[in-house]
Amino acid sequence: MNNLTKIITRFGGVNLLPVAVAAVAFVLIGAPSSWVTLTVAGLAMGMMIFLMASGLSLVFGLMDVMNFGHSAFVSFGAFVAASVLSWLGGWLGADSILLNVLALFLAISAAVLFGLIAGWFFETVIIRPVYKDHLRQILITMGALIVAEQMILALWGGTPMSVPRPQFLEGAIILGDVSIEVYRIFAFSLGLAVYIGLYLVLNRTRIGLLIRAGVENREMVESLGFRIDRLFIGVFMLGSALAAMGGAMWAGYETLISPSLGGELMIIVFIVVIIGGLGSIEGTLLGAILVGLMGNYVGFLAPKMALASNMILMMAILLWRPSGLRPAIK
Amino acid sequence: MSLLSITAMKTNIGQYAVLHDITLEVPEGGVFVLLGRNGAGKTTTLRSIMGLWKPSPGSVRFRGQDITGLHTADIARLGIAFVPENMGIFGGLTVEENLVLATAKGKFDPVRLARVTTLFPALEQFWTKQAWSLSGGQKQMLAVARAIIEPRDLILIDEPTKGLAPSIIDAMADAFADIAKTTTILLVEQNFEFAKRLGRDMAVIDNGRIAHQGTMADFAKDKPLQDRLLSLSA
Repeated sequence: MNNLTKIITRFGGVNLLPVAVAAVAFVLIGAPSSWVTLTVAGLAMGMMIFLMASGLSLVFGLMDVMNFGHSAFVSFGAFVAASVLSWLGGWLGADSILLNVLALFLAISAAVLFGLIAGWFFETVIIRPVYKDHLRQILITMGALIVAEQMILALWGGTPMSVPRPQFLEGAIILGDVSIEVYRIFAFSLGLAVYIGLYLVLNRTRIGLLIRAGVENREMVESLGFRIDRLFIGVFMLGSALAAMGGAMWAGYETLISPSLGGELMIIVFIVVIIGGLGSIEGTLLGAILVGLMGNYVGFLAPKMALASNMILMMAILLWRPSGLRPAIK
Repeated sequence: MSLLSITAMKTNIGQYAVLHDITLEVPEGGVFVLLGRNGAGKTTTLRSIMGLWKPSPGSVRFRGQDITGLHTADIARLGIAFVPENMGIFGGLTVEENLVLATAKGKFDPVRLARVTTLFPALEQFWTKQAWSLSGGQKQMLAVARAIIEPRDLILIDEPTKGLAPSIIDAMADAFADIAKTTTILLVEQNFEFAKRLGRDMAVIDNGRIAHQGTMADFAKDKPLQDRLLSLSA
């Protein structure tokens, strides 16, 4: 048994969990082509959830701030991107791949820019007065979420909005009897690129060093002469921008969005942050991939269990590791 | 003029008044030892100087400047380092990262780095190891190294010998004696032998007040006073 544990640790430890889940699913699903489709869908979904969850995890880790309003950035990101895509509808249908890419780039950039500005506003006006007071954080951020949802209703109306996709992301790649949607590959790649970027910033730069140290022990970083509160606003803005980017990607994935989108995703985002371990980007990625795969496999095998499966996953992981799979060291 | 001068400092934590009246003059140079029973307010005094608890206004002056109410980071930048009782090591960071974080510009000054590695050779050996894997003594060395990697005027150290083996305590005492040649140390300590060996000036805190202040040489000779102020039975 001990030897087995050693071998598992050597080959990646908890990082192997998604592989194990995929292997079990392969046996249960039986048909390899369905399994590949579901796995790709799960990975793509996981990466989009990672975008939404990474900021929340860092914000909590660095300042102990519980932001239930985080999903408002997801919703706004989705609607801002959808609106930009609608305005640029002419470019989307064009044969020119350049116009396609440009429209997509502008839509995602608009969502990210919105996230940065709204994040700054949210941190300064709503979060700052309630540092160190968890009860008030929960109350005021929940309130802000309700206000945000109503603002979306007022601005975009209550009817679901359809999201046009650029031509080059439509359709699927067929490999033998396996079909893989292009959009899913795009979502996965973008998520992976963001993860690598975050990883490099956190592990190769001085700001990243300060963030990692601050997540562990804020007081000590301040005692060394650094203002964590000033760093925090930057992290909060970045986290909000990533959430908005995740929302934008999600809008293109669903192609029909309603104002309640953020609230619905919030439960999954919280599950991911909790099972990954608060304050850790690696943990958040692992949690997001697990939840994405699990949701797709279970949705195929036992559709009625789809919602419950993630809750069960969270309970099982918390019973095994109460502070999550890869928590930041505190 | 004293390096650090505290006048009638009061600190409340939540609804509890922990420090009632701390008045203390810490002269420049050497080791100043703060003694006292458990719960007397020694740690709270250090944390209040550092701005981690907010003391009453107008009570702490550093080189004549009022630092009460300043942000902890700004107090640190004036040249005060803090080594807390739990050492405050960043376990997920390597030894090197712990130290480089403490430099003001993100780069080591070769002279200071050489001094640190001469004082604590063990750190060099574990340079790229994550700090959580160090032993208690090595963590304490890292915590002290972090405090002196930049030039400082005053280092606040909270019970550095707690839980350490006697041989490591000896090495620590030598290191402190060396550091104290150039930097003032305000040391909180329960281990009286260690404190006696290093301290030049000293004070005793009792129940949130300064109960005695004088030189370590006089205090070490006065057994009845030690018993009255430090023994648990008193």
